[in-house]
Amino acid sequence: MNDRMRRIGLAVLPIVLAAAVAVLLLLAVDAPPLRSFNLVWNGSLGTTNKLADTLLTWVPLVLAAAGLIITFAAGLWNIGIEGQIVIGAILATWVAREVPGEAYFIIPATLLAGMIGGIIWGLLAGVLRVYGKVNEIFGGLGLDFVATGLAVYLIIGPWQRAGVASTSGTDLFRAEVWMPEVGGFSWLALTIAVIAVIAVFFLMRGTAFGLKLKAVGANNRSAFLLGIPTDRYMLAAFALCGALAGLAGTVQATAFHHKLVPSISGGYGFLGILVVLLAAFRTAWIAPIALFFMALSVGSTQLSLRLGLDSAIGGVLQGVLVLFALLAGGVQAKRHLGKRRVAGATLVES
Amino acid sequence: MKGKYWAKFLAIITVLAMLAGACGDDDDEVSGEGFTFGMILVGPQNDRGWSQAHYEAGEYLQEQLGATMIVLDKVNGADRPEITVDQVVDDMVAQGAQLIFATSDDMKDGIELGAANHPDVPMVWSSGDSAWADGEGYRADLDNLGNEMGRMYYAKQIAGCAAGLTTETGNIGYLGPLINDETRRLANSVYLGAQYCWSEVRGEDPAALTFSVNWIGFWFNIPGVTLDPTQVANDFFDGGADVVISGIDTTEALVVAGQRSDGGDAVWAVPYDYEGACEEKPEICLGVPYFNWGPAYLEVTKSVIKGEFAAEWNWFGPDWDDLNSLNTSGVGFVEGDGLSDDSATALEEFIDGLAGGDIVLFTGPLNYQDGTPYLTDGEVASDHQLWYTKQLLEGMIGASASN
Repeated sequence: MNDRMRRIGLAVLPIVLAAAVAVLLLLAVDAPPLRSFNLVWNGSLGTTNKLADTLLTWVPLVLAAAGLIITFAAGLWNIGIEGQIVIGAILATWVAREVPGEAYFIIPATLLAGMIGGIIWGLLAGVLRVYGKVNEIFGGLGLDFVATGLAVYLIIGPWQRAGVASTSGTDLFRAEVWMPEVGGFSWLALTIAVIAVIAVFFLMRGTAFGLKLKAVGANNRSAFLLGIPTDRYMLAAFALCGALAGLAGTVQATAFHHKLVPSISGGYGFLGILVVLLAAFRTAWIAPIALFFMALSVGSTQLSLRLGLDSAIGGVLQGVLVLFALLAGGVQAKRHLGKRRVAGATLVES
Repeated sequence: MKGKYWAKFLAIITVLAMLAGACGDDDDEVSGEGFTFGMILVGPQNDRGWSQAHYEAGEYLQEQLGATMIVLDKVNGADRPEITVDQVVDDMVAQGAQLIFATSDDMKDGIELGAANHPDVPMVWSSGDSAWADGEGYRADLDNLGNEMGRMYYAKQIAGCAAGLTTETGNIGYLGPLINDETRRLANSVYLGAQYCWSEVRGEDPAALTFSVNWIGFWFNIPGVTLDPTQVANDFFDGGADVVISGIDTTEALVVAGQRSDGGDAVWAVPYDYEGACEEKPEICLGVPYFNWGPAYLEVTKSVIKGEFAAEWNWFGPDWDDLNSLNTSGVGFVEGDGLSDDSATALEEFIDGLAGGDIVLFTGPLNYQDGTPYLTDGEVASDHQLWYTKQLLEGMIGASASN
């Protein structure tokens, strides 16, 4: 009982501390804290329109995070996820722009193309890692640059639009191949995200594949000696993550921007890494954490608009919250370690 | 009898004219108390460049009219991936904005959608062509969306002239952003200004002037994606150029020239976009061409307050009587300390020539880079020919297209 209370206290404490720091920060820049929180809430989740906007930005982030759960399980830092999102968006754009046909054919085709793009880019990083012995962080980073460069090249080169707005991306796709909406909600994108999170949850928890992947991640050498084809598992992890990242890119292109833009990834790949780390690699937690991030991002726009606060304040608030969450995680880990040490000491003494 | 009639008539006309004049003056004293406008910026509001110039125009409106500004900066896919321009428009309208400025060519799709969603709210898309009936991007359906842009090609000609007057090696580099109609137009303007002052003013051989353009690929440096502007500027100097003119949003050209100057080289640079850009290294800065959006934005805002807004494409120019007047000149050029006294005098004569119409550099015969005629003999470029510049000019070194 007492222990449980303490655990709840430990979980709540960083939130309270973070909120306190946020209040101090807002007071320091002469912003009324309650009104600020209210503005962020109403500007992100509090009204139907804003909720729809926020959820649409939540989709690519949670897809990226779901993919990263898989690569992290295999012990891989898939920094190349940004590039996988970009290539997914590029292939989806190619289909949306160049392939003629009815919406019921083109929309699934964009999704498929996006997944294929992400898989190819993921496997490239995987092959470099497995066969080329190139650390996936370096390989991935390089592939990110290549992907972004390719997107910019396409936008100001072969897919350049006429007239002055040439850096604003390609021409808008024809409206019938945009991802469908009902009442402002991009239901197809949301459905894909929910299915993806549930699928990854069960993949990691209830399947032999998930277990073996975790074994590969926990100790690659031992897993190999125990008969798991570790190379193939790592490649599979890259491919699965790439597929989800490619879907994220497709959503960015066909549901959010309705065109290819230079910064099509939105940084959701890197942000996804942070989400997964905060969730401590637990799938169930990535959905609420990602929603929290996007609500704060979308909502903090109101702080600039309504209160004239510097646009960096939203980012600083986010940073403070992340810092406290990480600190709380660190404190908890240290307590566990301390307990174990105490237990060990008792054992030796007795 | 008849004479008396005319005298009476004239008197009445005079009184009427005075009345009309007085009314006109009254009209000019528009109050913007309680009037709210939105300002959407693509970069940081203090970027010492393009966005700050717009932000300061917004402050100018507040000062002149007592109006209230709602501003959101860094509205671009990299800084704010989670919002789009049309969403910002929704927010600003909900907050009471009665006029919205979208201040980048990048905002085309968003502001056109926003204007369609709120047909009763006047909006301005700066640097766009959606309200130009002869333009390629004309949107007749959006009668609440106007365009504002400055005739920067004049100030760029002045910048080119300053370089042409100063260069000792006869080799000038132009640090270009990405390639489109606007950036080609401005590169051509610099070239024509440089060529004129090199050959006509200094009497040098036109063929002895080397003018190279190198495009980095974007408005500013993106590591790993664009060419590195610092590197490009260094390459220009290594290749024999002694003046580098910047067409990008950031000040690498001036910084690199400054470093080389400190090392004993005789080199100069011309930055872009922001009135105070020379401050970073004044002694080797030949001057800076910049936008002053205030006067044009003031006119638009007054028309909205008076209920007379019409969606127009307005390509406003400099005030030749006072090139750097905050209140009247939409495009300016501040001379830099790097300009010698003789050159400054010659440059002022050149500016007078532009002002008086004696010097019209976009006059044929002028060929495009591939030899096709751009302007025939004696033909003066129309707004359409200037706005939609399809290639660099013959005699310039560099790419006209990105593929």
